[in-house]
Amino acid sequence: MLKSLPLLFVLAAGTAAATPAAMLQDYVAAVRKSDPAFTPAVSRGEALFRKEHAGQAGRASCAACHTDDPKKEGRTRAHKAIAPLAPAANPERFTDTAKTEKWFGRNCQDVVGRACTPAEKADFVTWLISIR
Amino acid sequence: MRKHLPKLVTLIVAAGTSGWLFASGFDARGLPVVDHKAWRQECASCHTAFHPGLLPERSWRKLMDGLDRHFGENASLDAASRKAITDFLAANAADRLDARRARKIAASIPAGTVPLRISESPWFVRKHDELSAAVWQHKSIGSRANCGACHPGADQGGFSEHDIRIPR
Repeated sequence: MLKSLPLLFVLAAGTAAATPAAMLQDYVAAVRKSDPAFTPAVSRGEALFRKEHAGQAGRASCAACHTDDPKKEGRTRAHKAIAPLAPAANPERFTDTAKTEKWFGRNCQDVVGRACTPAEKADFVTWLISIR
Repeated sequence: MRKHLPKLVTLIVAAGTSGWLFASGFDARGLPVVDHKAWRQECASCHTAFHPGLLPERSWRKLMDGLDRHFGENASLDAASRKAITDFLAANAADRLDARRARKIAASIPAGTVPLRISESPWFVRKHDELSAAVWQHKSIGSRANCGACHPGADQGGFSEHDIRIPR
């Protein structure tokens, strides 16, 4: 059993999927299938975060819960802490594709009023990765 | 020594467990400690890990059927997680648990009604009737969903009256 322990760690690390950079590459690759010239932009990502939308929950913007500073802890309407969005402040952010997709899925519907496009996700992640 | 080892282990485990129970605000007269990985992960990332014993089974089923419009938010889940969490909630619901507090909660809810908010049950209303509106608006409380603001054991289902700390 002890001998197989290192192997176990390797397997566990293998399933922990993505780094923020790898996740970003996946989104960029998805956009480039239809738009080969696409380059994600920090400015568009930040604009998406700060834009005020008329969402179904009356939620104005991402910043309403995540605060204006993505390095800070946010708060849900039920007053539960939300770990910071920026990987610089929260190393777990954008390391689990299923989790990231789940939250894009829910929150884009709530805040933007529709699903976000792969291009928007690529911009968003690009901006957050750029924060030091 | 050898033959006493099992006893010793039992003793250490018991002592450790009771220490943990006290530390976590365990409420001996309250709801039993229950846990479920997906439930804690999915539900408690947005709000208190509301103990399943706080609502009857019919309420949990209705709530889990409408996660895409969950109190004004989209909380939808993949089918497998939704089923696993619904099963856990149903099995430990107020009208399924053999615990005094669970029975009281279940009995307080009129038959034929299906409340979705824990704070709507007559039991909840009665237990909080001495609190003024100003208390609920306190900055560190803010919402009836924020149980942990006053009940330190809320995420473990502990609501012992001795542990209540109302922020001033």
